[in-house]
Amino acid sequence: MHEFDWSSIPNALPFLWDGMKISLEITVTAVIFGIVWGTLLALMRLSPVKPLSWFAAGYVNLFRAIPLVMVLLWFFLIVPHLLESIFGFPRGSDMRLSSAIAGFALFEAAYYSEIIRAGIQSVPKGQMGAASALGMTYGQAMRLVVLPQAFRNMVPLLLTQGIILFQDTSLVYVSALADFFGAAYKVGDRDGRLVELLLFAGAVYFVICFTASRIVRHYQNKLKVA
Amino acid sequence: MGYNWNWGIFLQPTATGDDTYLGWMFYGFKMTIALSLSAWLIALAVGAVVGVLRTVPNKWLSGIATAYVEIFRNIPLLVQLFLWYFVMPELLPESVGNAFKQTNPIMQQFLASMVCLALFTSARVAEQVRSGINSLPPGQKNAGLAMGFTLPQTYRYVMLPMAVRLIVPPLTSEFLNIFKNSAVCSTIGLLELAAEGRQLVDYTAQPYESFIAVTLAYLLINVVVMFGMRWVEEHVRVPGYLGGK
Repeated sequence: MHEFDWSSIPNALPFLWDGMKISLEITVTAVIFGIVWGTLLALMRLSPVKPLSWFAAGYVNLFRAIPLVMVLLWFFLIVPHLLESIFGFPRGSDMRLSSAIAGFALFEAAYYSEIIRAGIQSVPKGQMGAASALGMTYGQAMRLVVLPQAFRNMVPLLLTQGIILFQDTSLVYVSALADFFGAAYKVGDRDGRLVELLLFAGAVYFVICFTASRIVRHYQNKLKVA
Repeated sequence: MGYNWNWGIFLQPTATGDDTYLGWMFYGFKMTIALSLSAWLIALAVGAVVGVLRTVPNKWLSGIATAYVEIFRNIPLLVQLFLWYFVMPELLPESVGNAFKQTNPIMQQFLASMVCLALFTSARVAEQVRSGINSLPPGQKNAGLAMGFTLPQTYRYVMLPMAVRLIVPPLTSEFLNIFKNSAVCSTIGLLELAAEGRQLVDYTAQPYESFIAVTLAYLLINVVVMFGMRWVEEHVRVPGYLGGK
């Protein structure tokens, strides 16, 4: 049986916290950009202009068909070179973090756009009709009448997707970034205490995600009554 | 932009000389398929049991099943994979752990990946099974019990045959996910599709061709699974239900 020795964790806490800050930074940025870009994609998908809706459908289906690991590898290995050769960035400039964030945001936008599209479609048709009867344009009706109601219904789903995204940030491991998981792995590898550090990392993720999903469920139940 | 496209690279012999680069990719493709399918079968079996347990009236059984689902859903897949691969062999009794460490490394990676993907997915399958059972009208269970069936018989002959047919559409997306999630297993060195793509970049210096080919292979898997599942869905639809005949 394995002899546990947890002594390397207390000293490593500041380093692990730095990693957690990177995980959270990626999560928050990707959630915000994902929702904004996802909303635009959903609006394009539902728009009567055919080329726009084809583009959005193609984008969403493409990103939903390939693994996140592949997307991150594209953004780790290929995209920086592409940018270097097109815009003449200095070779070897460290774009790993911004590149990973861009990859997450573009990938998650496809998932967000499906949630948002369903949310928009769940608003009764009469709302749109009433808004145009009041003389609003399509844009005004979307912005002032349909989207506010749609987002209210969608908040729990968007937050749940945020929790999934937080879990997925551990995959930046493939681009050798020291997020929380990467930091835990590095410490464990250095001290020969991989077992303890990996168990610790698993426990931390579990506590955060379990608590967050409980809060979302609580909020969801409150929303139902209202 | 000064890049030399060379699609012929796939037909060239590899640096180690035993195969072509296309052969490497095909090996990765087969690994992805074998891993995903074997994990899927286990996930269906375990998920069905856990999903049923979540709906039974026994507090202990349903509590254990709920804990199972929460654990596998709230820890990232990558962390679970590392736990299975690096931590599990240390925590098992010494003889079992050593036996695992002495098997062929590819077998170790494959087993850890398969167990990890299977249990990760089983928690999601269990949720679908539970919601399928809960979506049945309560009268079905009561009617079964009133006919003199025991509870296990009611599950076996009345509720499960209906629930299984209802959950086929939502299971399609879990089935697609398991192929995509299998790419995570490249991180422990298993040479599946994504890992072969990376290896091709290192060996051939033709990153665009390699990555485009791997991405297309994932798209292909996606399309095939979607059509396959659509065929299954059409054959198991329940008449009278939404989307039924």
